[in-house]
Amino acid sequence: MKLTIQVNEGPYQHQSADSAYYFAKAALEKGHEIYRIFFYHDGVNNGTRLTTPPQDDRNIVARWTELAQKHDIDMVLCVAAAQRRGIVDDGEAERNGKDATNIAPGFRISGLGQLVEGGIQSDRLVVFGD
Amino acid sequence: MSTTKKFLYINRKAPYGTIYAWEALEVVLIGAAFEQDVSVAFMDDGVFQLVKGQDTSGIGMKNFSPTYAALGDFEITKIYVEKESLEERGLTLDDLQHLVWEDEDEDWAEKDSIRLVSRAELGDVLAEQDVLFNF
Repeated sequence: MKLTIQVNEGPYQHQSADSAYYFAKAALEKGHEIYRIFFYHDGVNNGTRLTTPPQDDRNIVARWTELAQKHDIDMVLCVAAAQRRGIVDDGEAERNGKDATNIAPGFRISGLGQLVEGGIQSDRLVVFGD
Repeated sequence: MSTTKKFLYINRKAPYGTIYAWEALEVVLIGAAFEQDVSVAFMDDGVFQLVKGQDTSGIGMKNFSPTYAALGDFEITKIYVEKESLEERGLTLDDLQHLVWEDEDEDWAEKDSIRLVSRAELGDVLAEQDVLFNF
């Protein structure tokens, strides 16, 4: 089955970021295809490479990056949500005159259309959040 | 993209206090460009999103409630409001904005967009959909 996953909550604050990851991993292990993972609301905070959790805790961001690179998954941060919350890639830094970037490897920033298109192209849209 | 799917955006949160309602509305507006069969539902505290006469001047937030009146122009004509959620909050349809759309096939006659449905009926609406966006 072809899946698009939407993550609406930030890492460490809310279990959604963990549940979505374990769901994605389990779905891939079962042979399903992940068309896209779309991060919205505070979920865009899953995509900052500057996160530094304590050593004895899981690294949620690094875990996403690893999963995406291993399985070649398209991971998209919503541009409007990312701008509000200060998640920046090279293009956004240039457009908005920011002096740094913080996007983690494996993520890209794009529009909400990517979420809607994910809903159209996939067999199931699975939403994680409150 | 020729596939047409039945999309339902479910709004369950109060308009202010968290950003869910506002960012959900942004998805609805963007999604309208994809020419799908779109409906929007309001339940739980989400019914407060449609309350008329909202004034956010005291909280320093943008009052985005006038945007709901534009949904008709985006060809979003099916807006479900759950009756029990209204009643539980002491609200009636009269407390909500009067949302309309213009029917091109009937000489642009103005029609009501809001459909008041029971919890059970809303369940049926959900069951008919291909894609559920839950905010």
